[in-house]
Amino acid sequence: MKASAGGYARANDLSHAMELLASSKGMGRVLAGGQSLVAAMNMRLSTDDMLVDISRISELSGVTDDGETLRIGALTKHVEIGANPLIQTYAPLLAEAVSCIAHAAIRNRGTIGGALAHADPAAEFPACMLALGATLHICGPDGERSVEIEDFFQDLFETSLEEDEILTAITIPKAATDEQQVLLEVARRSGDYALVGLCLVVRSTGHRISLLSVGSTPVLARNAMAQLDQGDVDGAVAALRDEIDPTSDTQASASYRRHIAGILLRRAVAQAIGDIA
Amino acid sequence: MTRIFDDKVDIDLTVNGEPVEARVPAGQHVIDFLRQDLGLTGAHASCEHGVCGACTVQVDGTSVRGCLMLAAQLDGADVWTIEGLSDSETIRDLQEAFIARNALQCGFCTPGMLVAAEELLALGGVPERAAIREHLSGNYCRCTGYEAIVDAIETVARQRAGKVQA
Repeated sequence: MKASAGGYARANDLSHAMELLASSKGMGRVLAGGQSLVAAMNMRLSTDDMLVDISRISELSGVTDDGETLRIGALTKHVEIGANPLIQTYAPLLAEAVSCIAHAAIRNRGTIGGALAHADPAAEFPACMLALGATLHICGPDGERSVEIEDFFQDLFETSLEEDEILTAITIPKAATDEQQVLLEVARRSGDYALVGLCLVVRSTGHRISLLSVGSTPVLARNAMAQLDQGDVDGAVAALRDEIDPTSDTQASASYRRHIAGILLRRAVAQAIGDIA
Repeated sequence: MTRIFDDKVDIDLTVNGEPVEARVPAGQHVIDFLRQDLGLTGAHASCEHGVCGACTVQVDGTSVRGCLMLAAQLDGADVWTIEGLSDSETIRDLQEAFIARNALQCGFCTPGMLVAAEELLALGGVPERAAIREHLSGNYCRCTGYEAIVDAIETVARQRAGKVQA
């Protein structure tokens, strides 16, 4: 099967991209790295899109130090995230995630904004951003707005982005020197989607735990976080297994995913805190 | 008013060092463009959703999935396929090592495998076997069991490192 696109236009800058989206009469589809979108087009899961190619808008790419936060342009590629010194120092979770995402040729094109807007619950970056407490910056016809990551993911491949909006940047709090960030996942082969993945961030203000591949969206495990804040690892594992609702599919059963999630939490705590959990 | 959306997109690029001008359908991916319009059939279209790696080509110096990039996005790009990399003898040592070590049987995966391997080798040094396997994790081979491929790439890495020192 071959892709069926309605049309293509290359945006020169952000305002041009907004004009193109507005003129697409609801058929617009933002094309960034294309590593999920073009696959979906090839399988005709997405047809007749009016493609707005934003991949060359240089103002949307790169990582900057904003003092308390890091600002990551939506078009920053996975390979760039992995190699960026600011990311390695202040958001090591994201650098760690890059090595888990697909394969080199895909990391050379895929973008972090694309990964978040696509909102695949099995993808690493959405769960990482939940654990880090990111803020998303969105441009629309009426100007810019910001959305907290907890309010962004709505359902399977659904976000709070409107049809005429573009995700332009992500800001995340810079990790303190004593902050621990851990990503662990179980996948059958290198580069496969994880059967289950878990992010743990340990800050002076408390613990944050997020999971991938356990539901229709990435999940923030609030009950497990509360238990860990009280220093109760067993309680956190029990709470985590109770609060997630994974599905069974050809890759793994729900009960196996629930089991693995608890194991990953114990391992992550051991890695972050150095205790035998 | 904005420019309208195009069904056919004009692109101007370089393929294997030669300038190319073309008009491509909006939804055509790079590999169909290379194979069907330019007759460069070395890279293969197989899974067409980014899993198998048989379509791996070089675009602007990095490996990409030819099936996951649109030809319309190639405007201004510098593309190298297995044909150009062979003619320029850039990867001659790698190709010879593949033959010497029987690192291919049917050969379907080999063009993509060579592009992926060259990207790793271009980083320099002699990668661990595990690192070679990791880098090739996105390139499926259904014949060899990979061992001979890893051997060939490791051999070339050692040869190139030796040449640099000598």
